[in-house]
Amino acid sequence: MASAPSKLYADDVSLVVVLLDTNPFFWSSSSLSFSQFLSHVLAFLNAILTLNQLNQVVVIATGYNSCDYVFDSSSDLNRSFENGRMPVMCSSLLQKLEEFLIKDEQLSKEEPEGKIKSSLFSGSLSMALCCILSGVLMRHYFFDRVFRSGALHPHPRGSPDGPEQYVAIMNAIFSAQRSSVPIDSCYLGSQNSAFLQQASYITGGVHHKPQNLDGLFQYLMTIFATDLHSRSFIHLPKPVGVDFRASCFCHKSTIDMGYICSVCLSIFCKHHKKCSTCGSVFGQAQSEAASASDKKRKTPET
Amino acid sequence: MNNGAGRRINGGAEEDDDEDDVNGDLDAWERTYTDERSWESLQEDESGMLRPIDNQALYHSQYRRRLRSLSSTAARIQKGLIRYLYIVIDLSRAASEMDFRPSRIAVIAKHVETFIREFFYQNPLSQVGIVTIKDGVAHCLTDIGGSPESHINALMKKLECSGDSSLQNALDLVDGYLNQIPSYGHREVLILYSALSTCDPGDIMDTIQKCRKSKIRCSVIGLAAEMFICKHLCQETGGTYSVALDESHFKELILEHAPPPPAIAEFAVANLINMGFPQRAAEGSISICSCHKEAKVGAGYTCPRCKARACELPTECCVCGLTLVSSPHLARSYHHLFPIAPFDEVTSSHLNNPNCKLQRNCFGCQQSLLDPGNKPGPAVVCPKCKRYFCLDCDIYIHESLHNCPGCDSLRHS
Repeated sequence: MASAPSKLYADDVSLVVVLLDTNPFFWSSSSLSFSQFLSHVLAFLNAILTLNQLNQVVVIATGYNSCDYVFDSSSDLNRSFENGRMPVMCSSLLQKLEEFLIKDEQLSKEEPEGKIKSSLFSGSLSMALCCILSGVLMRHYFFDRVFRSGALHPHPRGSPDGPEQYVAIMNAIFSAQRSSVPIDSCYLGSQNSAFLQQASYITGGVHHKPQNLDGLFQYLMTIFATDLHSRSFIHLPKPVGVDFRASCFCHKSTIDMGYICSVCLSIFCKHHKKCSTCGSVFGQAQSEAASASDKKRKTPET
Repeated sequence: MNNGAGRRINGGAEEDDDEDDVNGDLDAWERTYTDERSWESLQEDESGMLRPIDNQALYHSQYRRRLRSLSSTAARIQKGLIRYLYIVIDLSRAASEMDFRPSRIAVIAKHVETFIREFFYQNPLSQVGIVTIKDGVAHCLTDIGGSPESHINALMKKLECSGDSSLQNALDLVDGYLNQIPSYGHREVLILYSALSTCDPGDIMDTIQKCRKSKIRCSVIGLAAEMFICKHLCQETGGTYSVALDESHFKELILEHAPPPPAIAEFAVANLINMGFPQRAAEGSISICSCHKEAKVGAGYTCPRCKARACELPTECCVCGLTLVSSPHLARSYHHLFPIAPFDEVTSSHLNNPNCKLQRNCFGCQQSLLDPGNKPGPAVVCPKCKRYFCLDCDIYIHESLHNCPGCDSLRHS
């Protein structure tokens, strides 16, 4: 899987969509408090807006039960100070974020306590791409980045909604790759996020996991505030090797070699008689016959 | 599509058809203006002023029609995801004709290139080969394989046209090749046919029956006029037959073959395929790749069975024949299996209904759904999550994203 080639950009106007993870399960266990995190991010957003007058920032909150837009710099252009203390931009963002968090919490009360603790990354990523790509047609911004800070808990493969979110996230990643929208990711959790690594690798964005969370603002500014034009001459963190091996559906273990159902592309580590996903009954073990015919086909070439 | 084919036949058969009469002595570039008739789409508002042409709504209604026709046939049908497709290109005398500009073959080559790229994007596990017909003889230009570049390069080098065309020779050749592929693969032939005749050594009906027995799905796109033998071939083998009216129509027709077709139950034998998921080799390691036989630094994948080095994925290991893929390649095919439901159009009665909470912004991009006059503009609604979307997002969601942002941003119980 080759990563997207970095393009040459003549201009450096950015539309940055920031996906904030507001998952309460994560922030209650994190060493960095959510308010500290917000102060880093708000300063970062302000910095992006001041780097270029035409820059635009959109913030989408990714909650546990829902996702919503909390800020769009194009809609409130009022950058004055309220009471001389806080810019209106920040206060409106904080207000909307609070409303969102309350709503998100109410939604969770309606449901029984589950085991799943991952955020709805697929939904917010889909929204971000809609926002960027329908915006591109009208507003002529070609330089867009999706940037996500916060944490995504490793995709729990055993949970019932796990596979669904995997497909949705991969769809979004491929769509971003096709429209050459790089997805940057800044990961604050303790474990590695396979989704974010893959997303950044496939779309040609930067994935970074800050070591020292107190200096988060520094990381944000030096790595993620760079526009796409200056990325061609700035040394950014090298992409780490991404493991593209698959895990089988039957034991959830990572495998080197396996069997794929020809109907639904489910992955198994052993030969089965029947596909557990789509229920189709397999013929005889044709793998031997198939590879034999492969060899036959290969001989005239060499 | 059928309509278009029909029109073309009439045009081909009787030159005095009134549409041809108008266009008969015009150049191709002039014809595009007469066909468009842009003045007819002008509209007046109440005070007699000209209204800006609403191309977007028009485009969107066309798109919705296409989507509906697709989803009515394609919902929950098993699709052939692992395809073995031979593209047969007619390089006979007829292909050098200039009714397409600059010539038929130039147009074919250009769109075959886009088609091959799109095909591999949508079917990462599939393979393609190219066969050409020239001087009455079918010739295999490229062996079936998974690399788009090698096919495109080979095709661009060989575009000279001469002699007659022979459908039977091409089918015989392709049938021979496709009989060797494993049974789980879907065998397909896409014929781009310029000639109006076929010059065959034997009985072509026998060959068609043979293709039918070997379960090869044959589709034909004609560039001249409809021919009985092509139609018969497609009907017998379950393919589609269409005739291109002009270049843009041709492009549309050829790209329709990129998404996987519904699988025919008796054709598709469910099977388990042995595949390898190679790991990326360490940066800086030097080894000889088995595909190009060159020493390369870094970048490469190691076959888990025989440890041979391959340059790119997906591929087939040159040494042991194992299919090598990575998990994103499999994931890229999943949206064919879980298609997203088409959105319903929001009717004005729906908007006026006070019980229904009116959403003023598109859920995807937050654009206002109101007209400049503060009236509700065109919008669509997802049948599942009841979120409203603007037309741009609707097209983007169905054609590229394949996710509903509304459904994905609510946790399912």
